[in-house]
Amino acid sequence: MSATDTQDPNRRDFLYVATGMAAVVGAGAFAWPFIDQMRPDASTLALASVEVDVASLTPGMSLIVKWRGKPVVVRNRTEQEMKDGEAVKLADLKDPIARNANLPADAPATDANRTTPGKEAWMVMVQVCTHLGCIPLGQEGDFGGWFCPCHGSVYDTAGRIRQGPAPENMAVPVFKFISDTKILIG
Amino acid sequence: MSEGHSTYTPKTGLGRWFDARMPLPRLVYDSFVAYPVPRNLNYAWTFGGILSIMLVAQILTGIVLAMHYTADTNLAFGSVEKIMRDVNSGWLLRYMHSNGASFFFVAVYIHIFRGLYYGSYKAPRELLWILGCIIYLLMMATGFMGYVLPWGQMSFWGATVITGFFSAIPLVGDWIQQLLLGGFAVDNPTLNRFFALHYLLPFMIAGVVVLHIWALHVVGQSNPTGIEVKSKTDTVAFTPYATIKDAFGMIVFLFFFAYFVFYLPNYLGHPDNYIVANPLKTPAHIVPEWYFLPFYAILRAITFNVGPINSKLGGVLCMFGAIVMLFLVPWLDTSKVRSAVYRPWYKLFFWLFVADAILLGWLGSQPAEGSYVFMAQMATLFYFAFFLIALPVLGLIETPRRLPNSITEAVLEKNKGGSGHPAGATAAPETKG
Repeated sequence: MSATDTQDPNRRDFLYVATGMAAVVGAGAFAWPFIDQMRPDASTLALASVEVDVASLTPGMSLIVKWRGKPVVVRNRTEQEMKDGEAVKLADLKDPIARNANLPADAPATDANRTTPGKEAWMVMVQVCTHLGCIPLGQEGDFGGWFCPCHGSVYDTAGRIRQGPAPENMAVPVFKFISDTKILIG
Repeated sequence: MSEGHSTYTPKTGLGRWFDARMPLPRLVYDSFVAYPVPRNLNYAWTFGGILSIMLVAQILTGIVLAMHYTADTNLAFGSVEKIMRDVNSGWLLRYMHSNGASFFFVAVYIHIFRGLYYGSYKAPRELLWILGCIIYLLMMATGFMGYVLPWGQMSFWGATVITGFFSAIPLVGDWIQQLLLGGFAVDNPTLNRFFALHYLLPFMIAGVVVLHIWALHVVGQSNPTGIEVKSKTDTVAFTPYATIKDAFGMIVFLFFFAYFVFYLPNYLGHPDNYIVANPLKTPAHIVPEWYFLPFYAILRAITFNVGPINSKLGGVLCMFGAIVMLFLVPWLDTSKVRSAVYRPWYKLFFWLFVADAILLGWLGSQPAEGSYVFMAQMATLFYFAFFLIALPVLGLIETPRRLPNSITEAVLEKNKGGSGHPAGATAAPETKG
């Protein structure tokens, strides 16, 4: 080593670090488009809203609409189903959070919080099991709500998880009644 | 065993010319002709060769199937039916490919259990074992994505359930799941990328197989006694001895394979996969391909929360943990004796583990309700206890049988009291005691 190289860190160290950092940033920049292309594309992301006419649904009837590639159930619940849903104590719930996109994230999972004010008979819910994404069957299982045939998760009449491996209540999407018989989802 | 210089001598002028420039024939000769193998290898050791030809068969049939297949959600199901009905010999190629995947897994499971029984993973073969585990993981990914391609009901819902695993990961789970699917649900982008990856992965498997064989040829094969090769009398040349034995094993294996292809082509599949995928209707009960059933049973067995880990994440962790166990086996097993032939207690636990794996497989095919759930929980408990308790503890407390001094001694000892059996390399020591 010559006398001029004794400084620490010296010029060569700086060049090594700078080159190394440029290589890391370059590799990252090169890799990013390969990861980025895997994300949902623009056509998939285009946020579709669905308008549903529910005039023909008498209590005890449901219909399913496709929203963002997933089934959304609209159910006009019977008196008994509403009573069953209201009778449940919060302490008995596996997931005590409402999972209602129209309410604050920590709203408790009461029967009313799973529906919309003034329209408590109506369940609007993404009918996808929160376990691994199967479609539960309606009006089956021990709680009179939904039953997922894949891994045995049981939901009650308000779509709240009661038994089985699913961790969360089924999600209530953003929706509103735009008239007495029309619902806008999304 | 790989030491010692090459004994290859090219006989022709062309051979010498080639050898001086690129000694590929020398590599082949040294690896598959003169290569010394233990003289006591039994038929459990023929599955490496069987797996090699299954991989080649899958790649060949897969490439020609890809020439007739269309990866589009509107066309995929129809294009597979077209292969079955219109494409010349298409039915045969597709049945060979779909049953070939099953038989690939039959062979790999026998190969893995052989390794567990004879302690093939112990030093110095840890890396060889881990490369094998990586091949197994790649095979599972390939098999799963291949099953999605026909776009039947089981394809769609299997893909939904399996990609759903990733949504269990805290914080980034949903983002990762959308990254895999290319959307919010399994759809056309998913099918397209699965097809591309299903075509790619077998070649990656082939690459890791090369590393696997390379590692094997550095440390040499283990054998039923688990005793290292000590002298020349312990080995025979790969050709003709191992070559002929492997070839016979392949023929018998292919006989069973052909029986399924021609007489039971859909026995290992699921009838629901002949119904076109419907994103709004889940089949009554979803089952994966049979070779994933034990892991599926473990996934479903976790129905309870453990502290901050909810049941869904717990199930996914246990399922992946079940595979991680395999990677850790070389360090979990504390015994200095390799082969179960000389380990009476390990032998018992090994067979209990085999029974447990089969039980889990059966439970995976049953609906997740009633007593099945409890049985699956117990079987899952035993699965992990085998790796985390039996393997480390048995090595410490078990008194092994007396080991022979060498492979040759073991073979001669066996033949001494023999019943006029022909001597030699085909002796099967696992029939002892």
